[in-house]
Amino acid sequence: MIKIENLYKSFDGNEVFRGISLEIMKGEVLALIGRSGCGKSVLLKHVAGLMKPEKGRVVVDGREMDRAKGRSLTALRDRLGFLFQGGALFDSMNVFENVAFPLKEKTKLSDKRIQTRVLEELENVGLSGSEYKYPSQISGGMVKRAALARALVGDPEIMLFDEPTTGLDPVTGHAIIELIDSCHRRLHFTGIIVTHEISKVFGIVDRVAMLHEGVVWAEGTPSEFSSSKDSVVRAFVGDSGSGEGRFKGGMHEKI
Amino acid sequence: MGLFLVKAVLFMVIPPLKFNRFLKQVRFIGLQSVVLIFLTGGFTGMVLGFQGFYSLSKFGSDAFLGPMVGLALIKELGPVLAALMVTGRAGSAITAEIGIMRMSEQIDALELMGLNPYRYLVVPNLLAAMICLPLLTAIFDVVGIFGGYLIGGKLLGVGAGTYFGEMANYVEMQDVMEGFYKSLSFGVIIVWVCCFKGYYAGIFTGFGSEGVSKATTQAVVLSSVLILVWDYFMTSILF
Repeated sequence: MIKIENLYKSFDGNEVFRGISLEIMKGEVLALIGRSGCGKSVLLKHVAGLMKPEKGRVVVDGREMDRAKGRSLTALRDRLGFLFQGGALFDSMNVFENVAFPLKEKTKLSDKRIQTRVLEELENVGLSGSEYKYPSQISGGMVKRAALARALVGDPEIMLFDEPTTGLDPVTGHAIIELIDSCHRRLHFTGIIVTHEISKVFGIVDRVAMLHEGVVWAEGTPSEFSSSKDSVVRAFVGDSGSGEGRFKGGMHEKI
Repeated sequence: MGLFLVKAVLFMVIPPLKFNRFLKQVRFIGLQSVVLIFLTGGFTGMVLGFQGFYSLSKFGSDAFLGPMVGLALIKELGPVLAALMVTGRAGSAITAEIGIMRMSEQIDALELMGLNPYRYLVVPNLLAAMICLPLLTAIFDVVGIFGGYLIGGKLLGVGAGTYFGEMANYVEMQDVMEGFYKSLSFGVIIVWVCCFKGYYAGIFTGFGSEGVSKATTQAVVLSSVLILVWDYFMTSILF
């Protein structure tokens, strides 16, 4: 479904990607982990076509996202949903208007049908009763829920989550993760969750990929990560254990 | 920056137009600037009344106060001062709004929805400014002319017939059109610069509130300077 091939990117001479390759299958949810500043969000923006790589390519369902322009780019983006780190709700609109916005602008649904759909989606994310509040009047957790409702209202095939729990207390963070999980079970989207809060997402993802030093340092299932002997992975996962092993694609490889 | 203007003009002539957003910007740029334009126009005219009468009476030509005030306002001061006022009031707000939208990823969100940010953020402002600036300039001119009469006529004794009669003799349609062309182009300059600075706030001025603050300052300064420079070139051409 999503294929990232040999991606290179640098900012002001600082190489962020040095040949990143990654593949995400249809219906799979991948957690993208790594230290702050390693380029997780940048990679997500490449997948969404918001940034262009210097070398390499991003292929979404057979189409090159980084070369798509105009209508073909719009068609690809119509299949995407993106949950931004800060929510990116339009601050001049209330919650209802925010969630209704993509439907009003992109579909020919009647106002009544849009209203039903928006209220349904807000109920799904637990925001019933907050429809007419503005982003500045609601908590961080509610902003994330509203942003999730807006991202999901168009029934996307691919969902990209940029640090969905950052800045939230542990209880609200868990609630958001559970919400993402329940939405995935309901909609069966292909997803990438960028996070550095591993413990929260390990229970809901199929695979984990770790970015380190500009490459995909390790890749495998959550259980493989938990039992990894690679020192970089262990340092990040935070469990006890030591070793020099590095694994990829579910197979442990000594390096 | 040139490509930004080309794109904005292109999306302005290719439908659809976001009409509600356009109306909102007409209200913001035009309607909400009227009081400011009334005040600045009135006082500019009153100052011209004093200064004009003082200068002209030295040559015994105080009867030409009307044409002097009228021509100065219609050809130069009206378009330029109205544009500078709109830059300070609306242009800075446009930069700040778009800059904050850029910083908080709202523009990225628009793009990801497959929606063209130019159609939502730039085109409505451009069209609104192109309509409102000539109208605001016209209000500035009219209020200024009456301000000049208030001083020249009511306070310093130039007759209403002399003031307005001589003005009608010397102010021609060509002068009015010169002011119109200027105000129209100043509207484009304000929106072009202010939208551009906000749109690329993160890239050129750094991130965060400081980035928005710098972008806003740069937008106001650059717009103001460009208005004065462009005014010189237009005057040279239309003289």
